Amino acid sequence: MGVAREEKRMAKVPIQFVLNGDEKAEFVESGSTLLKVLREKLGDTSPKGGCHQGTCGTCSVLVDGELRLSCLTLAETCEGASVTTTAGLAEGGVLHPLQRAFQEGFATQCGFCTPGMIMAAKALLDRVPNPTREEVVDAISGNICRCTGYEPIIRAILSAARSNSHHAA
Amino acid sequence: MPLALKTFATLNDADAALKAAGARYLGGGTLVVRAANEGDVSLTTFVRSTDPALFSISVEGGRATIGASVTMSTIARHPDLAAIAPAARAVGGPAIRNMATVGGNLFAPAPYGDFAVALLALDAEVLEGDQATPIDAFLKARDAAAGRIVSAVRFDVPEPKKFRFVKVARVKPKGVSVLSIAVLLDEASDGTIRAARIALGCMANRPMRAAAAEQALVGRQRTAEGIAPALAVAGEGTAPITDAIASAWYRAEVLPVHLGRLLLS
Repeated sequence: MGVAREEKRMAKVPIQFVLNGDEKAEFVESGSTLLKVLREKLGDTSPKGGCHQGTCGTCSVLVDGELRLSCLTLAETCEGASVTTTAGLAEGGVLHPLQRAFQEGFATQCGFCTPGMIMAAKALLDRVPNPTREEVVDAISGNICRCTGYEPIIRAILSAARSNSHHAA
Repeated sequence: MPLALKTFATLNDADAALKAAGARYLGGGTLVVRAANEGDVSLTTFVRSTDPALFSISVEGGRATIGASVTMSTIARHPDLAAIAPAARAVGGPAIRNMATVGGNLFAPAPYGDFAVALLALDAEVLEGDQATPIDAFLKARDAAAGRIVSAVRFDVPEPKKFRFVKVARVKPKGVSVLSIAVLLDEASDGTIRAARIALGCMANRPMRAAAAEQALVGRQRTAEGIAPALAVAGEGTAPITDAIASAWYRAEVLPVHLGRLLLS
């Protein structure tokens, strides 16, 4: 009986954080992953649920500027944080330089890995504006792509860095 | 069964909450949240602590104390921990390294736990509050430690030339371990090996010492001939795992090859 009451009490918890610059406040089930809250509560379906094991990287988001796997991050641990997803990169309908480079360089085929690749690339370029190829390969080493063979993605990230129009958001 | 997260300001409170049935300590989430995602119904409550001591690093007089919640990426970029940065960088990709913690790595089952392999070679102490346990003993009994909270690890930061680490993976630059090896060598000025600690990952279900190889290195030179007896007994006492990455047979076959390359590099 006591256990049942506690479960009911623990069912929903309030959480506040900033998503792509907008303040969000929600009641979520305790223990929910950030991925679930983003997709099912806040309607941001840009991070994808792939393996849910931390292997594929397509759920990658930035939490306070740091690359994280939203499938393994509990939403409650992001209280007060600033979360950035691919959906927040374009400004006023203008694609972010990384998005443009991916589009122009055919770095997207089926597209499922793309949001994670772009967030991993953004985490790199925010820290290292002019990375070497080796740094790019390392930056996306936690992201799996089964279509492109990675080369177009690596070229797109290097191209976005070279375009000099990259802006740290 | 609904899940719940309970957050405590102090380690003691979190420690008490961890005694409840179904409670597991949440570090970076790369093991525990993964288990929940995979449907581990034995897990009902995540317990965590935001105690600042868990996130601190201090290096004094060459001895490092690293809080259990410190992440691999924090270690990899810490100026005083450069000697062990290769082991921190060997863990996962960038996102995993931003999440995975020192404390969690001590409990990671093979093929994970590469950083714990380095800590074993370094003869680290595992701290649970005031209680310090040598890592050899901690790892052997870690299943019994699952209901307690590691607060920090402590070890002497090695001179870079004395410490060697390799993670063997099939996918570059990031892949799950075929095996990992960490070696701490004490060599006399003429190159004679006075003492060695060799730790192996994936050669059992948790990091283990290559005790026979350590003994066989003492008094020898670090040459192909000098290390040959150690390589011959490198697999003694091992029980390698079989998984999608490699079979136990393969791991046993390549262990002496990679140990030899690491020692001669």
